[in-house]
Amino acid sequence: MGEVIVITSGKGGVGKTTTTANVGTGLAKLNKKVVLIDTDIGLRNLDVVMGLENRIVYNLVDVVEGNCRIKQALIKDKRYPNLYLLPSAQTRDKTSVSPEQMKKLSDELREEFDYILMDCPAGIEQGFKNAIAGADRALVVTTPEVSAVRDADRIIGLLEANEIKNTHLIVNRLRSDMVKRGDMMSSDDVVEILAVDLIGVVPDDESVVISTNQGEPLVGNESLAGQAYLNICHRLLGEEVPFLDLNAKNSLMARLAGIFKKN
Amino acid sequence: MGFSEFFKRKSSSNVAKDRLKLVLVSDRANCSPEIMEQMKNDIIKVISKYVEIDVDGLDIKITQTEIEGDNGTVPALFANIPIKDLKNQKM
Repeated sequence: MGEVIVITSGKGGVGKTTTTANVGTGLAKLNKKVVLIDTDIGLRNLDVVMGLENRIVYNLVDVVEGNCRIKQALIKDKRYPNLYLLPSAQTRDKTSVSPEQMKKLSDELREEFDYILMDCPAGIEQGFKNAIAGADRALVVTTPEVSAVRDADRIIGLLEANEIKNTHLIVNRLRSDMVKRGDMMSSDDVVEILAVDLIGVVPDDESVVISTNQGEPLVGNESLAGQAYLNICHRLLGEEVPFLDLNAKNSLMARLAGIFKKN
Repeated sequence: MGFSEFFKRKSSSNVAKDRLKLVLVSDRANCSPEIMEQMKNDIIKVISKYVEIDVDGLDIKITQTEIEGDNGTVPALFANIPIKDLKNQKM
């Protein structure tokens, strides 16, 4: 029986879709059978982040309305044969799907897949309710900013109210240089405020932008963000992985910069 | 206070943390800072009828607390009310 994980945040633009793409691809890399579902109806994005935008025939609304079978709508990933995407509909709105329908869909996919990842839209309205309807656990993504943490707190409350008790936090876009000089909250600060367990810290890394440009998730490559995402996947599988030392690379860079400055 | 601390201004990350903590108290309690202030004043009034309390040292906030036998947390009103004088009870 597969597990349904919702990736949510409340605030927009903190990295839900990027996280879904990378965690999903990472789990596939670790030989799990994974399906990613874009539940943001009307604002389809996960397909472009995955680089699968040219292969869409049917979408989530088609499946729910019975215009096609689930198998027909699933797009097989370019790199991993055990990774699939169920894209969202671009020309419909959130009311096209109900939480009951999403729950039924999740239960059907559970039979076939190890992990079903729901990419949740921003906000706390119908789209959010759809995305969490069938979820067993949640990954809450936030950045170390006041607005994002506030929204994350609200989302954590709503997840609890909806009986989703297994919730973990991902602190995204952390800049260790700013944390060091006291101009950004650390992941510990955010965890202290939100009082949920941390499952990953992803540094602010240019390679994320580059990988999104190319439509190739970077999980597992040599970049710090790529390593951070793969660590999250290992932790999801129940393994204990120490948190990355985000300073390591930075201090080296700083030292190099220092040398150049002197010359 | 240390010499360096004297010159150091409060870091912006600490400002962010403090602002967040404040805003989350009212978010979580679903009640505004004004209502919290009123509640605080009423509590002071009631307690002062019986014992003399240190109003400046008083701390009232809404936090999370774990409930026994369950893994969940519930909001709780936390009040730390220092008593100045127990002997001089006004009763």
